[in-house]
Amino acid sequence: MDSIGDLMAGFAVVLSWQNLLYMVIGIVLGVIIGVLPGLGGANGVAILLPLTFSMSPTSAIILLSCIYWGALFGGAITSILFNIPGEPWSVATTFDGHPMAQNGKAGEALTAAFTSSFVGALFAVIVITLAAPLVASFALQFGPAEKFSVFFLAFCSFVGMGKEPPTKTIAAMMLGFALAAVGTDTVTGQLRLTFGSHELLSGFDFLVAVIGLFGIGEILLTMEEGLSFKGKAASINPTVVWQTWKELPRYWMTSLRSCLIGCWMGITPAGATPASFMSYGIAKRTSRKGDKFGSGEIEGVIAPETAAHAAGTSALLPMLSLGVPGSPTAAVLLGGLLIWGLQPGPLLFVEQKDFVWGLIASMYLGNIVGLIIVLTMVPFFAAILRVPFSIIAPIILVICAIGAYTVHNNTFDVVMMLVFGVAGYFLKKCNYPLAPLVLAIVLGDKAEESFRQSLLISQGGLGVFFSNGLVSTIMVLGLVALFWPALSNLYARLLTPARPT
Amino acid sequence: MSNSPNDSSSGPRQHLVEVGVAAFMALLGVITVIGSLQVGIGWGAEGPKSGFFPFWIGLIVVATSLYNLVRAYTHGSRKLFANWHELTQVLKVVLPLTIYVGVIPWIGIYIASALLIAGFMRWIGRYSWLLTLTISIALPVVTYITFEMWFLVPLPKGPLEDLLGL
Amino acid sequence: MSHTLRRRAVAVALTAVAAGLYVTPANAWEPTRNVEFIVPAGTGGGADQMARMVQGIITKHNLMKQSVVVVNKAGGAGGEGFLDIKNSKGNPHKLVITLSNLFTTPLATGIPFSWKDMTPVAMLALDEFVLWVNADSPYKTVAELVTAMKAAPPGQFKMGGTGSKQEDQIITVALEKATGTKITYVPYKGGGEVAVQLVGKHVDMTVNNPIEAVAQWRAGKVRPLCVFDSKPLAGKEKIAGDLSWSSIPTCKSQGLDIEYLMLRGIFMPANVPKDAVDYYVELFKKVRATPEWAQLMADGAFNQSFMTGADYTKWVEAEEKRHRDLMKEAGFLATN
Repeated sequence: MDSIGDLMAGFAVVLSWQNLLYMVIGIVLGVIIGVLPGLGGANGVAILLPLTFSMSPTSAIILLSCIYWGALFGGAITSILFNIPGEPWSVATTFDGHPMAQNGKAGEALTAAFTSSFVGALFAVIVITLAAPLVASFALQFGPAEKFSVFFLAFCSFVGMGKEPPTKTIAAMMLGFALAAVGTDTVTGQLRLTFGSHELLSGFDFLVAVIGLFGIGEILLTMEEGLSFKGKAASINPTVVWQTWKELPRYWMTSLRSCLIGCWMGITPAGATPASFMSYGIAKRTSRKGDKFGSGEIEGVIAPETAAHAAGTSALLPMLSLGVPGSPTAAVLLGGLLIWGLQPGPLLFVEQKDFVWGLIASMYLGNIVGLIIVLTMVPFFAAILRVPFSIIAPIILVICAIGAYTVHNNTFDVVMMLVFGVAGYFLKKCNYPLAPLVLAIVLGDKAEESFRQSLLISQGGLGVFFSNGLVSTIMVLGLVALFWPALSNLYARLLTPARPT
Repeated sequence: MSNSPNDSSSGPRQHLVEVGVAAFMALLGVITVIGSLQVGIGWGAEGPKSGFFPFWIGLIVVATSLYNLVRAYTHGSRKLFANWHELTQVLKVVLPLTIYVGVIPWIGIYIASALLIAGFMRWIGRYSWLLTLTISIALPVVTYITFEMWFLVPLPKGPLEDLLGL
Repeated sequence: MSHTLRRRAVAVALTAVAAGLYVTPANAWEPTRNVEFIVPAGTGGGADQMARMVQGIITKHNLMKQSVVVVNKAGGAGGEGFLDIKNSKGNPHKLVITLSNLFTTPLATGIPFSWKDMTPVAMLALDEFVLWVNADSPYKTVAELVTAMKAAPPGQFKMGGTGSKQEDQIITVALEKATGTKITYVPYKGGGEVAVQLVGKHVDMTVNNPIEAVAQWRAGKVRPLCVFDSKPLAGKEKIAGDLSWSSIPTCKSQGLDIEYLMLRGIFMPANVPKDAVDYYVELFKKVRATPEWAQLMADGAFNQSFMTGADYTKWVEAEEKRHRDLMKEAGFLATN
């Protein structure tokens, strides 16, 4: 195997004390960035980029990509502890992670999240190692129609679930789509739904919405219930990591499926956020404990975290081999490559072997180092919940405000955060599901964009969505996922009469 | 804090709040529809125009919300949404937060944050002045160091920062 | 306490000595806090890369005492970023890098700003545009492509480009006018994505900037047909086989009389002190003198024009008028 040899050479490049030190620094910085909602991985990478110009490209990319891993790990922490997703892809982690923390199981949730992240990333790196050239040519097949079908699939596998009344689910989801539409229409370049307001030019950002709906909304609910953090009494247990680990192998099926979903979404490239939602949705449908999802199921943490990391990692592949960044962070890394005189593209793997395989080797090592670092911090993170509510609440509010502001460097977003917060409180109390709303904000404009690009290419014909094997398959899978509950109901009903009661 | 006996047994009813929420969502739907009409909702030769999707989405929001509204009014739970005491608690966050958000453009996020934390800890948590001041001053300072100095992310600043030349 | 005081006194004395030693000229202005470098586009695009490159060069060569902070404000086709500059009158700690949306965004969306709301600082370079087709396509010259386009039903040929009603679409409309054909323009979000869509054969041609497509060209996946400039590109270095940037013919020589270059320039808010403008002009002169900058220029086959002051203002003025005409002809002007 050619690539194994290359990889070993890569390890030889990476394994120097200096590079290992960069890894540790990168991971720690990344975790900080991931924890603070105001600092995305893109910020950290962008700001350190200029500082790394004096290093060798390999060392620099190790440092920067470790920040990326660290941010991926760190995003889960605030989601679980405070219901505030530090990064978009950790929104789905809040669904069960935060209830777990409220039940006094913050340590378990964090351990599960970190371990799953590691598994997902490792799986994706193995895929990259073994199938890099193949994957790159697969990614080339994705035009607008194919992309739309992937978004469609992600959406279908998430919606249609939940105990909430269907009309409320639909209303919430459609509201999400409407919010996503505000701002510049990327296809025509026209402004829409801004009503002349300059603040609305850039539309409603997903992060502002989730910080408000989830973070602020949660604080309001906690206030109503009387000033106490549930799960405050959680004992700090240093062995929590081992105990959780003993439990994890039981969910190997969920992990494997989430890995596959994540890699697929990362390469196509739909990205980590849809991957986490899709994985959560499918886990909920297939799990025997599916109806308990949302109330603190460990499987509901494993599924989105694994998929998000598999996607986040595999998304680096299209960046390297095609020059298409899968996320804002990847975009900045891409800029960095250019500045170092490395041209991402098909030839990078041939001409810059040392660099590429050094990077891939650093993905293995960076993730291992990262896992060790974050796991040792689990008891510490869990202890944050013991800080009294009236101290931590205003601090969370401030962090939320900073997070909302930094999305567009705009104080208007802080106002919107408050509005979303109050809306989140009422919607939740009135039994409207927030997840479809949020998913619609994330996927709405991307899906619409690729839908309309497809129609431009087909000159208005809807047949483009069934024009080749790839796109038809994904569309059909999406339709199956959408009607799965109905289908399985029907199936169950057909079977019932046959069984003697 | 008022502790009249009515506080825990009275309050808005669930179904009325649901009617309100549904009406608000319907309003947002109507706004979406109006905005879409302004940019054109047709389906041209090159696919749908800018307003096509938002228009239909807006209509669905209006339709489902009206259904939710009627449904809440006729079949909604008559239980309490929350009692007045609980709502007062919620307002204790919402009001300071509103003021906080309102003053950020004028005095910057650092001073505003210090005031928010201090106020919250002092009046709701009833902590000592020492602890209150320590935390409410330390957090903005740590924030400044992390964001502005390490990560070079500029946050809103007010006259005080200008005066200090930060 | 007294120790710190003494130290401070020494520091003050030293500063005074330093100030005395360097007899400071009239343009003694220097930034006293971090300089915000606004990019009116998303992360990863051409303007963003150039801004981050400038940031990197300034940091590496220590050209400025304060730091440069790159801030992306992409909302409303960049309108968000330009409005921020417009509303920061007199603030000498803000810069903005422009792309063609300096002219196109106010015209196409009606967002109220113009370059006249800003202070022109310097033109850093001009970005070139090249007509690309997939390397597997049968079209080896512009003439072959145009013949095929004329023979095909209108709208069958698809052009992939960045953004809507911006530079790529303006060129597309000019191309339609020059050849008397109808091209379907498909907008994407970034130049890299456009290049990959061409490689994946989802579109038939693109007008990518050299730097956006060079990696695919070197890999033999795409083929350049002509460059939209009055003279061929400068780079003589071999890139793909025996071909270099300079071997791409101009579109005019191929019978397509279209010229388009995009401004990569720097502006500041209005009403800033003249000293501050002079400071940044000097700063960018230093940036342009570094080897990193030279490398970027060569990689991206940029047109290395540099202008400041009145020349620059005049150039921008003419360019705005040209864009207004182009946009008007193309029917891209905002209706409301």
